[in-house]
Amino acid sequence: MKELKIFGIVAAFTLILYWGVEPFAHSQMHKHVEGHNLVYDGKADIEEASKDKKEAKKKFWAEVKEIAKLKGDPVAGEATYAMCAGCHMEGAANMGGVTPPSLDHAGAIYDKNFLIALIKNPAMATNVDHKYKDTSTHPMGSISSMVSAPQDIANVVAYLKAKKAGEVTPKEAYIEACGRCHANRYGKLTQLGEIPKTKSNIKTGQDIEKMKYDQKVAEEQAALADYLGKLPPDLSIIYRARSEHFLHTFVENPQSQLAGTAMPRTGLDHEGMEKVMAYLEETGDPSKPARDALGPYVLIFFVIFTILAYLWKKSQWKDLH
Amino acid sequence: MAHFDENAKPFSHQWLNERLAIDTLQRVLSTEYWIPKNINFLWAMGMVLAATFGILLISGIFLLMYYQPNTNLAFDSVNYTIMTEVGYGWLWRHIHGVGASVVFLIIYIHMFTGIYYGSYKRGRELIWISGMLLFVLFSAEAFSGYMLPWGQMSYWAGMVITNLFSGGSLHADGLVEWIRGDYVPAQAFLGRFFMLHVLLLPLVIIGAIVFHFGTLRIPHVNNQDGEEFDFDEAARLYKEGKKKESKVIPFNPVFLSKDVFVMGIYFIFFFYLVFYHFEFAMDPVNFDPADGLKTPAHIYPEWYFLWSYEILRPFSTNVGLIAFAIAQVIFFLLPFLDRSPNVAPASRRGKFKFWFWAMLIDMIVLTFMGKLPPEGAWSTIGLIAALVFFALWIALPIITKSEKKL
Ligand code: HEC
Ligand code: HEC
Ligand code: HEM
Repeated sequence: MKELKIFGIVAAFTLILYWGVEPFAHSQMHKHVEGHNLVYDGKADIEEASKDKKEAKKKFWAEVKEIAKLKGDPVAGEATYAMCAGCHMEGAANMGGVTPPSLDHAGAIYDKNFLIALIKNPAMATNVDHKYKDTSTHPMGSISSMVSAPQDIANVVAYLKAKKAGEVTPKEAYIEACGRCHANRYGKLTQLGEIPKTKSNIKTGQDIEKMKYDQKVAEEQAALADYLGKLPPDLSIIYRARSEHFLHTFVENPQSQLAGTAMPRTGLDHEGMEKVMAYLEETGDPSKPARDALGPYVLIFFVIFTILAYLWKKSQWKDLH
Repeated sequence: MAHFDENAKPFSHQWLNERLAIDTLQRVLSTEYWIPKNINFLWAMGMVLAATFGILLISGIFLLMYYQPNTNLAFDSVNYTIMTEVGYGWLWRHIHGVGASVVFLIIYIHMFTGIYYGSYKRGRELIWISGMLLFVLFSAEAFSGYMLPWGQMSYWAGMVITNLFSGGSLHADGLVEWIRGDYVPAQAFLGRFFMLHVLLLPLVIIGAIVFHFGTLRIPHVNNQDGEEFDFDEAARLYKEGKKKESKVIPFNPVFLSKDVFVMGIYFIFFFYLVFYHFEFAMDPVNFDPADGLKTPAHIYPEWYFLWSYEILRPFSTNVGLIAFAIAQVIFFLLPFLDRSPNVAPASRRGKFKFWFWAMLIDMIVLTFMGKLPPEGAWSTIGLIAALVFFALWIALPIITKSEKKL
């Protein structure tokens, strides 16, 4: 039928147009970065490193591999963990620009190899060593002198994997892995955690507690900006501002997407990545459940509408030809 | 004075008729507004456009209730308040965003239908010109709306487009500042584009749609064969019940029933996009809040402006601006540049057939290149496509003049 043929031509041009301005254009505009399936063996770090750093990185990741082969003892690890808890504690203060995060679910959200590397040398593990002349000046850098024996490292990691690996919610994963740097105002989070509920004074209309809190946040942010060169962006709606592929590969190894960036690798494992992304989706695209629930009804409505309209049209046109 | 029956019940048919001539109105505007029988679904695109404009208007009114035209609040009022706190706010927003993009798809289909069937000729010049006026108004409406979420693309597209008004080496920076109300896009800029988007432009668009409809009434719409016939005679046959012999049908209810059916199919497509595929209509870059200190890696307009953007880009500033300015208005001149005596589908018009497809494909190529980074082969292809665009317009009067009368 002629009308169907015309429709086919219109549809074909529309699809070509769509292909050109969406999938094709985006594939050409963004540098394509391969993910490494959250395996932290330093491969990308070594490839991307400048000549003078290559050897050191190779050596570092080879040592990490050796330690990963050791069998850790969680019980012995608990004693060593006390060192970590000296910094990573409830209500920890900002140190060197950043506040040590809670490690309550560290065993669940971080990869084992990454944790080993992190304790060996935080700046190297997180791939921000380019920022330091002496990597022991990293805010957590002193750890390498406190816990340096391979077996000790293996033990602490075994402890984290055994005892700090409970069920973790998307929000907890976000706060522990990203929250110290990135606020999320749609999730009502600042770098200091959840925004506390406060009340204004009825007589003056002023909320002094909130002002004090805002000042603390401002101070924390100033410290972060000094440490990182800029204030890390709020991630409320980053889920819609970046593709999922970008977010995955960026979080896996920020340097691969944004060479020279101050954002550290966070070493998430599959569970950690999934939970963090779930939280970003929750704050960035909160209407998804509602869309999925309503969509089919609206479409069914219009299908019925169209069928009725077709019957009407047929009855109107029946004796025209 | 006219005659008013004192016994007529208020608001009864007779009472209204005496005051509003509703019977005549209905006859002239709908039941005896004659449409050729020999047309296809492409002639429903006009009503699809009218319906889409209605959808944009209604969804826009809902958004307007919560939107804050303030550079500090705008981004979150859209992305947080409307998307999470307002009941079904997300639905209105996605309808509005998808509608704004799809309306241009339909406008382009509608335009190219007109070009293909020669519907801008012989008596239909004003339909075409009023249509182009609508195109320009919709472009301004879309651009001003794009400023409102105050994201990175709002800000930088606003910067780039208003910069065009400096006129290249004319350096009319004063004009640019006058448009912005500031040195850079800021509160004054957002405030005035807000006003344009929600008040002035919609008002003018409504007026222009009425005008467009008015220009259609006397020449009537064209048909698939460009056939010219006596509408009065055809209407007489129809009214006599000789529907098979008559070449026309009344708009209401006969053609309307087809319009509504086509609209139904369109709405399925439209709401599929709204629920499952809206991202294409909302650029990711605009989900980063406006930041005057951070230029995005790629600045490009929405897809429907890409072809004219690509006509601007490959040339030096001054030449580019002139080319761009010409491209914006050249379609207005189509009825006068096409010198052929024929009103017929392009397929029967010899060289014009090739002109039509070449123009369509060239504009699609321009659209592709307009989004790609202007590097290497892309910019060469873009430059060639831009030159072809002008070559085609120069060729148009020549090839149509030599067209033989069918
Ligand atoms: C130690 C602080 C720190 C932590 C922890 C951190 N980031 Fe970042 N992040 C940054 C900084 C600094 C930037 C800015 C990077 C730049 O522009 O160079 C950034 C930027 C980003 C960006 C934007 C990149 C772009 O395209 O502009 C994303 C997305 C992001 N981080 C995601 C995350 C996620 C997800 C996590 C948690 C898994 C996380 N970050 C943890 C410091 C951090
Ligand atoms: C000197 C104080 C200090 C000690 C001791 C310390 N940390 Fe940290 N840790 C930090 C700071 C500060 C950060 C945040 C660094 C940053 O974001 O740049 C951090 C970050 C972390 C992170 C998050 C890294 C990521 O992926 O984002 C983990 C996991 C971690 N530490 C584990 C440990 C473990 C396990 C120990 C004990 C073996 C330990 N830390 C000992 C200060 C310390
Ligand atoms: C954007 C809002 C617009 C609306 C609501 C609109 C509406 C309509 C309607 C209802 C018709 C009659 C039915 C049909 O033929 O489709 C029509 C016809 C027409 N329109 Fe539009 N239109 C719009 C934009 C345009 C544009 C941008 C152009 C081109 C520049 C255009 C050119 C024409 C022409 C040439 C016809 C006559 C078609 C024929 O005679 O076969 N219109 N329009």
